[in-house]
Amino acid sequence: MEVPILRQGEFLIATIQAALTDNDLYALRTKLFEYVVRSRALGIIIDVTALDILDSFGTRTLSEMALMCRLRGAETVIVGVQPEVAFTMVQLGLTLEGVTTALDLEEGLALLGRRAKLLKR
Amino acid sequence: MTEDIFVPINSDMDIVTARQSGRTMATELGFQGTDLTLIATAISELARNIVRYASHGEIHLQALGNNNGKRGLLVEARDEGPGIPNIVQAMQDGFSTSGGLGLGLPGTRRLMDEFEIASAPETGTTIRVRKWVRSSR
Repeated sequence: MEVPILRQGEFLIATIQAALTDNDLYALRTKLFEYVVRSRALGIIIDVTALDILDSFGTRTLSEMALMCRLRGAETVIVGVQPEVAFTMVQLGLTLEGVTTALDLEEGLALLGRRAKLLKR
Repeated sequence: MTEDIFVPINSDMDIVTARQSGRTMATELGFQGTDLTLIATAISELARNIVRYASHGEIHLQALGNNNGKRGLLVEARDEGPGIPNIVQAMQDGFSTSGGLGLGLPGTRRLMDEFEIASAPETGTTIRVRKWVRSSR
């Protein structure tokens, strides 16, 4: 299941639409990082609303993706973590290191917009 | 009675199949909301351990019922891989031999109600976890 990546101004939006296998997640990480390098994007939104779980592998892969992109000057915001998923992640002991979170796509874009404005001052 | 489900685990795609089968069965058994996510996540962790450490194995899902009318789900993850050399160590948060986060086994124990593990180099690893449906009162 390939994850579409859309460009909106200085930002990239990746919307996960169904359950992903480990290889799908690796593919997303590679593709997104290539996009970041090529597009000089300032921010990335990863929408995980459709994910019914985030286990240790998924969390680690998202974290690594965000850390790689940060080294290229792009901030990653994860949006749409479902309440049951959030509860389970904490029980498992998972933290999304290096990643900013926001409630939904709109909030995520607003957050990235404020950050981009600060950078340009 | 809900029939047992056996999901062969040979690749990362089977991890998704196993956790989706588990969620479906848990829903049939009367689990709700967060419990469904806890069960699906536990199955995902157990199935990934099979792929990562043993390459091949099986997830067995079984409905449980006791005399008091309590219902539950048993998840058994079985492989004939190399076994876990030091179970005490493997059950500690942050310990990993594969470069992972080391949260798989101790984390899975926290997600479920009961947890049993047996492992030996000759026979491989079998992990049994159970969760019970919470009474609605």
